[in-house]
Formats: sequence, C-alpha cells, structure tokens
Amino acid sequence: MVSIDSTKEDLNLVIKVTGDVDASSSIFLDNALEEAIGNNERRIMVDCKELDYISSAGLGVFMSYIQEFENNDTQMVLYGMNAKVKNTFEILGLDQLLKITQNKEEAIELLK
Amino acid sequence: MLQHTKNIQRLSLASSILSWAGLMVVDLILIFSKVNEIEYGGLETTSKLLLNLWFISLFVYYQYQVNRAENINFIDLLWRVFATGLIATLVAFSIRFLFYVLSNHDFVKNILTINFFYHINLGVISAFLISTFVVYKRLILYQKARNLYRIWQVFQYSLLVAVFLNFIALPVLSTPYLITLAVLILLGLFLSANLKWVAYLNFKQKWKSILLLLLIIIYVYYFFIYLFTASEGGVLQTNLYENIFITALFAFIVLYTLFSLLVILFNLPTSSVFEQKLEDVLNFQRLSQSVQAGETEEQVFDILMNSSISAVLADAAWIEASMDDKPFLIKHQIKGETIKKVQKFIEESKSRNILERGLSRKFGYSKFSASIKHEKYKSALVVPIIVKDEIIGRMVLLKDIKEGFNKEMLEIVNTFANQASISVENTRLLTDALENERYKEELKIAKRVQMALLPDKLVENDSFEMVGFTKAAAEIGGDYYDTYEIDKYTTAIVIGDVSGKGTSAAFHMSQMKGIFQSLGQLNLSPDEFLNRANTALSKCLEKTSFITLTYYIVDTKNQSVVFSRAGHCPTLYYNRNKKEATYFKNKGLGLGIIRNSEYNKYVEVNNFNYSSGDIMLLYTDGIVEAQNEKKEEFGYERLQSLLLTYNELNLDDLQNKIIEKLYEFCESTILNDDYTIVLVRFK
Repeated sequence: MVSIDSTKEDLNLVIKVTGDVDASSSIFLDNALEEAIGNNERRIMVDCKELDYISSAGLGVFMSYIQEFENNDTQMVLYGMNAKVKNTFEILGLDQLLKITQNKEEAIELLK
Repeated sequence: MLQHTKNIQRLSLASSILSWAGLMVVDLILIFSKVNEIEYGGLETTSKLLLNLWFISLFVYYQYQVNRAENINFIDLLWRVFATGLIATLVAFSIRFLFYVLSNHDFVKNILTINFFYHINLGVISAFLISTFVVYKRLILYQKARNLYRIWQVFQYSLLVAVFLNFIALPVLSTPYLITLAVLILLGLFLSANLKWVAYLNFKQKWKSILLLLLIIIYVYYFFIYLFTASEGGVLQTNLYENIFITALFAFIVLYTLFSLLVILFNLPTSSVFEQKLEDVLNFQRLSQSVQAGETEEQVFDILMNSSISAVLADAAWIEASMDDKPFLIKHQIKGETIKKVQKFIEESKSRNILERGLSRKFGYSKFSASIKHEKYKSALVVPIIVKDEIIGRMVLLKDIKEGFNKEMLEIVNTFANQASISVENTRLLTDALENERYKEELKIAKRVQMALLPDKLVENDSFEMVGFTKAAAEIGGDYYDTYEIDKYTTAIVIGDVSGKGTSAAFHMSQMKGIFQSLGQLNLSPDEFLNRANTALSKCLEKTSFITLTYYIVDTKNQSVVFSRAGHCPTLYYNRNKKEATYFKNKGLGLGIIRNSEYNKYVEVNNFNYSSGDIMLLYTDGIVEAQNEKKEEFGYERLQSLLLTYNELNLDDLQNKIIEKLYEFCESTILNDDYTIVLVRFK
C-alpha cells in the first residue's frame, strides 16, 4: 500500500510517496500527478525517501508523464531514493530521462 | 390411470348396470307372480339384495370416476352434479310426459308398466343422489384433517349399514326409523360445516356456484316430491320413499347444498379481500423469483411498481432510481410534468405520517404517507428502495382521495419493496460473479497463449548448449525468451519481460515473438533490431506499458557475442579462465518508453569474446526480486555466488540447482511474479 501527500512549498509542489507502488497502488500516484497538471504545477519534486519499492506499474506511471511534462515545460525531480529503488530506475534506463538527485537541496537547486 | 383402477371402474359399471337390470327383472317377476298368485320363494330377498348391490356398485363407480380428476376444480365438480341432475330430470320429465300423453290408456294404468318406468326413474335418481354424494365428499374432504376423515368414515359406514336396513321392514316414521334417521342426519349436519373450498372461488365463480346450487336444490326437491307421490299409489314393488338410506342421502345433500349456498352468498362482499391477498402473494412470488427468471433491474422495478399499485389500488405511481449513475424513471398513469409538481407538494406537505422510520435517522430513509394539495391527488405513499444501506430509488404511490393509505397497505408495499431490494442486490451480485468468471476465463486463455509462445526446443549445436526454464505466476506476467538460427554460424537469442498484467501482457509477448521471428531473418545488428522493435511496439503499447529486452547475436565462427540491453536485467557472465562471475554493465533504455526515433540515442551496442566453458546466465527480475517471508529479496549477489559455486555442473543440473536454491530461499515453490532463467554454455 502507498500513501501520497502533496504539499506546496514556495513555487514547488512536493509529492511525498510512502510505501510500495505496485499494480494496485500505482493509480494513486497517477492521480496525484494528474492533479498536479490540472493545477498547472510547473515544478514538481517527488520525495522518495520513504519509497520502499516500485514495480513496473509504478515505473510506467512516471514514464507516461515524461512526454507531457516536456510538452508543457514542466519540470519534475525525484530525490532521496534508496539504493534498491535507484537501481530499478537505472536498470530500466529511466535515469537518463528523469532528473534524480540525492537529496532535497539538490532537487531545489535543479528546479531553479 | 392404473390398469387396476380402470378395471375396478369397468367392473363397478358392469355390476351396477347388471344389478339394476336384474332388479328390474326380479321386481317385474314378483309383481307378475303376485298378480297371478304364483309363489316364488326368496325373490323378495333377491330383489332387496340387488337394490343394495346397485347402490354399492354405483358408489364405487362414482368414487373412482370423481377421484380420477387430479385437478380439483370446484366449478367443474358442481357442473358434474348439475349435469347428472339435468339428465335425471330430463328422463323423469320424458316419462312423465309419456304418462301424460297416454293418460287415458290402460297401458299406463298397468302395474307392470308403472313399475317398469318407476325403475327407470329409480335408476337415474339414485345415480344422481350417489354421484352428488361422492362430489360433496370430495368438497368436504378438500382440506384433509385426520379427525374429519375419521368422522367421514363413520358417516359412510353408517350409511352402508343403512343400505342393508332394507332387510328389516321398518315402518316409516316409527321410533326406530326416526332415531336411525336422526343419527344419520346429525352426522351429515356435522360434516356439512366443512365449506373451506368456498373461500377459493373468485367472484365470478361464486356467482356460477350460486346458480348451480340453486338448480340442484330444485332438482332435489323435484325428485323427492316424485318419490313421495309415486309411493302414494301403493303399487310399487321397490319403494325408495321407504328406504332409509335414500332419505338420509336426500337430507345430507339438501343440507350441504343449502349451507354452501348460504356461505357463498355471505362471502360475496368479502371475497374481493381474499382475492386481493391471493394476488399479493402471487406478486410477491414473482418478485422473489425475478432473479432466477433472469430479470434485469428495470424489470424488477417494473414488477415492484405494478404489484404495489394493485395491492393498494393506487391511481398513479412512479419509481425513480439511479442505476449505474444514470437516472431511471418508470411511471404509471401520470405525466412527467405532473410528477415534478407532485414532488413539490410532497416536499411541502405539512401533514406527514411517518409509517416507518429508516434505520438511519437521515431524511429520505423513512417510509411515509402524506396529504398533498394537488388538484388531482390527495394522498401519497413514499417508499425508498434500499440496497446495502444505500437508497437506490424511491417509489411514490398516489391516490385521489384523502388518507387513502393505511397501515396494512404500507406493510404490503413494504414487503414488496424489501423483496425488490433483495432481488436487485442479487442481480448485481450475479452480474459481478459472471464478470468475474469471464475475467478468469480470459486469464486462462492468456496463460495458454503465453505458454505456447515460448520455444519448446532451443538451438543446439557444436558451439554451445542452452537450457531455459520459465514459470508464470498466478497472475499473467510476460516473461519471454527465444532463439533464432540465422545461419550455421549465427544465432540470435532474446530474453525479455513485458510490464503490465493480464491479457495485454500476453498479447504484447506474442507481438514480441512475431517481431523477433520476422526480424531475425534479416540478421540485423542489435541496435537496428531494437530500433525497429521499438517503432513497431510503440504503436500499440498502453500508456504506461513498456518492454525490457536484451538481444544477443552469437557468432560461433569468431567466437564473439554482440548484444544490446534495452532496460533488461544485466547479463550475468561466468568467465571460466578468470573464475569470475560478473554482471555486464551497459547502458540501455526499455522499449516503449520513448516512442519515436529519439530512442536510437539510448541504444548501446556491446560485444565480447567468449572462451570454452564460459557461461552466460540470462534471467528476468522475477528471480532477483523474489522475496521470502521477511521481505528480503533473493538479490543479485546470491545469483552471482550460485553461478560461481555450481558452474561445474552440467547445464540442466546447474539450472535445477539455481531454481532449488531459489525455492529454498523463498521457503516456497510458488512465487509472486513470473521468473525465467536461461543458461548458455559455450563449448
């Protein structure tokens, strides 16, 4: 199970993901990103510190927004991943398409 | 009908006809002998015996005839009595007419003639009496109760005894005669109180019965008078008027006919209530069987509305509901605009009578009747329809008189509404169950497709050997591996994993196979293959689906392998010379992530040379991500060390060993995800 919390910090939207994102819970992540688009958020930070596991379904959700974000000039940074999760992104190659940083500070820097 | 019963019927019919004819003959002989003063001993007794036999055979015959009809239709039974009476009356009338026409002839004044025709009348009248007796028996015993049956048996046997009393010439109206008659009449009276069958007649049938019963009384009266007057002449050999059995029968039949007539008459005003109740019960049955009958929700509501309207005699009604978030309305005898107006009146009504508060205090859950000030409708009954504690609809019944709904009406409508709720819920559950079945079927098909796509024979040649093992999880995944022999020295190998679940994964897997098998012929380099595969797949992958793949081309002439990794798990390679097992590190991107030619930028081609004894281990994430109870993953290190430890084994054993260790780690042979392992050993 997963819990998603979205909070606005200055100009950035911080989406905190806690738990496992698998086939059944990926919909919540999708909804949060959908909502962000709907609110015209241009700077999105995804806090992955408490993200334990992400399945192909969850990866698919991130992947599906790449083109859309590029189209309307939205930036998204993922930060704080643990080694396992980071490895998952790297094997698939998503690290070449998504911005991933170690921590929140780097993420904020990247979005400026 | 059983042969046995048929025989008895035939036998009794024959017996009755014979005994009647015999009676006729014997009586005529007796008269003749009296006139001519010849003595025939024992003939009197024979005559009496034949009479009794005639009665008994008639009884048996009618008993079997009436019982043959399995379906008791009361009106039919009464018709039967009426018809027999009619025939008897017609016969009697014809004889009377004959006597009238020939009244001045000596022929009709002759004793023999009189007796002859009397016997004919005797025949039809006793047939009428006994057949009526049998029909009435059926009506009385309609609702069998043990005590009732016992008393009836007593009555019947007493009558049988009375039949044989003709051997004792009891003078009419003597004390013993009167006492015997009184006993029989009292028994008959007691039994005549069983008139339950009357309640089951509808209004029309009641009127028909009244008519029939009146006519029957008239017949009975006529026959009695006839027997009386015939007896006055004093010339009869066998005189039914003196027969205690016949008199008792008359009494019984008159009593029962009169009672039935009176009870039907007095039940006429209330018969409509009973009919209404019966109809309500039938409607309820219809509602409760609507699920088996395959009715849809709309049909259930329709039955509900119509049953309620008929139960409370409403002038108009409607049901509004929301089904699948779509508004639904059915109405009866009322226009749409009127509904809106009446709704307003109901809401504004100050005089509401809450007949039943819902379980929830929320407004809208209660059932109530209200007085409304509409020009046409004066009272309304509002009943919400609740499924699983949720209001899915509301039924409104209207009447054009004030206070038209009472508590009894609400109770009936309530029962209907509750039953409708159950039926609707059942319909929904059934639909869900069917969908579930369909989904399960779909999964089964997808699994079969998946299994069929994997190669059953892997390439085998002098340069390398290969084994593969794959197991699908309960839910469909999409592991795929395949080989293609391009030519004598070149072989393509592919291993891949389709993301997403269900039938779409199996579909994409079959697409992948198609792409691989057809592109394989072209001997493309790995990057060309991946680019084309990406283009082909991008057109039909779902928004969030992608495919990971590694594509190898083994060149056995040069002992080299060229490959490209499209986001798939890194290849594990055992180098026999260095005795090392390492994961290849190379860049790559899964297929379907970038769905245009930009993808090309992310494709990296690698190559290496192999030596004899080297092992290439291909696998899917189902292996490394397999978890045990403590949620620990099998992991890359374990796989690595296993290859290091057991590389000396032959390939099959090595494969089995790895799987064994995997199961050991997970403490189960059933894993949550698909897992695949392919081993290639270079010779």
